[in-house]
Amino acid sequence: MKLLTHFGRYYMLMAKTFAKPQKNSIYFKQTIKEIDKLGINSIGIVFIISVFMGAVITLQTRYNLENPLIPLYLVGLTARDTMILEFSSTIVGLILAGKVGSNIASEIGTMRVTEQIDALEIMGINSASYLIFPKIIAAIFINPFLNILSMFVGIAGGWVAAVSSGALSTADYLYGIHYAFIPYYIVYSMVKTVVFAFIITSVPAYHGFYVKGGALEVGKASTKGVVYSSILILLFNVIITQLMLAK
Amino acid sequence: MIELRNVRKAFSGREVLKGINVTFEKGKTNLIIGQSGSGKTVLLKSIIGLHEIDDGQILFDNRDFTHMRNRDRKKIRQEFGMVFQGGALFDSATVEENVMFSLNMFTDKTYEEKLDRVNFVLKRVNLVNVNHLYPSEISGGMQKRVAIARAIALNPRYLFCDEPNSGLDPKTGIVIDNLIREITEEYNITTIVNTHDMNSVTEIGDKILYLYLGEQNWVGNKDEIFSSGSEQLDNFVFATTLMRRIKSNFK
Ligand SMILES: Nc1ncnc2c1ncn2[C@@H]1O[C@H](COP(=O)(O)OP(=O)(O)OP(=O)(O)O)[C@@H](O)[C@H]1O
Ligand SMILES: [Mg+2]
Repeated sequence: MKLLTHFGRYYMLMAKTFAKPQKNSIYFKQTIKEIDKLGINSIGIVFIISVFMGAVITLQTRYNLENPLIPLYLVGLTARDTMILEFSSTIVGLILAGKVGSNIASEIGTMRVTEQIDALEIMGINSASYLIFPKIIAAIFINPFLNILSMFVGIAGGWVAAVSSGALSTADYLYGIHYAFIPYYIVYSMVKTVVFAFIITSVPAYHGFYVKGGALEVGKASTKGVVYSSILILLFNVIITQLMLAK
Repeated sequence: MIELRNVRKAFSGREVLKGINVTFEKGKTNLIIGQSGSGKTVLLKSIIGLHEIDDGQILFDNRDFTHMRNRDRKKIRQEFGMVFQGGALFDSATVEENVMFSLNMFTDKTYEEKLDRVNFVLKRVNLVNVNHLYPSEISGGMQKRVAIARAIALNPRYLFCDEPNSGLDPKTGIVIDNLIREITEEYNITTIVNTHDMNSVTEIGDKILYLYLGEQNWVGNKDEIFSSGSEQLDNFVFATTLMRRIKSNFK
């Protein structure tokens, strides 16, 4: 029952958010700002976790291969496919849900409890659209780039780990990451990233937008925004995978 | 002119506004006064549509705001200027960006023209050289004045101020009161000010609505208020020793 009310309110908020923008030039400017705030500012964290995860996946795969009959290039292949299929879209999505999601929920929530959203409404501005639309568009635009960055950096991290630890030769690793490459996996990964971008921005925005009370409630909304967007990411991960990869 | 007809509002069954009938006039500073918790903010927010009223009707120059579609409401709201009790400045924007906000949104002026207007209204509220500071970097009184500047930037037809001088010293308070009155008369706008400050009442109260526990207890002006005949209003007006002394000196 409560879930239904949430869903209804969320749907109404999205309808308001995607109403015709009141002034395109301002929305454009806001979107650029959000790209910087949500995307460019996340490059560092995406870079760091991707390098290390690529390295760990590579080393773990290598050290688990004990049977000499299994070819070593499987290590590169595993690192590549893990990054493309799961890590760069889903895990990066979860991490961004934590970083970007809490940021959005607390920003909008604070604006709600300090009456800044009321002030927008009183000026005759569609506050939902003005505040949320640029964030969603910005994330949908920039997150695919973060995804690609994560794939490259992760695979490179695997290579650095393999070579520097002496676990694998460059030739084996490179052969592996070229072996049986399926371009469709990239499409699948991109689709997930775009869907997750929508979740990461709109769900915390929803929780922030309907905050009642004060600073304490803003904190709670921020937590809820992160938790619910993470759960939705995991859920949609399964759904999209079933839709796109099931044979 | 803003007309209220039998306006009622309750929160989860508890009545906060119990049938308000009053006309706020154009070119005058209209005050809503009453004790803390008497319903001033709720009434003001009901007038501008931030609270939906349960019963009654609100008309802006004979336009029925209460039964209007959202799209038409937005148009009327572009004629509003509102100063919230807490200021409600956009804290991620500078003073200049705050004041310029509605100009950016609703006009096609060049940046220079907008900046001229911003500096003009900022000067009107006695603020200079603060354009590039953020709300957190200026004092409470300055924030109030920025809020007023933002509210009048687009030449509103209706101006609403929720306790514009609370938290200010009496002298700055009077400066702000007089500013509101001057703007009101100069541009012939309909202004409604919430206050529980007796200085404001005697200074700018062209028309006064006294709320007592959500009821419309008395309507009059600053000259009539000392002989209202309402016991509750007398208790409010002569609540302080200072006012009681003045009263006894008159007699
Ligand atoms: N959103 C709300 N939900 C429930 N009750 C509310 C809400 N807003 C106000 N009230 C109640 O309405 C009554 C009037 O509150 P209001 O804020 O209008 O007082 P006020 O006259 O503005 O007081 P003050 O001078 O302290 O600002 C209070 O009893 C308050 O508890
Ligand atoms: Mg109040």
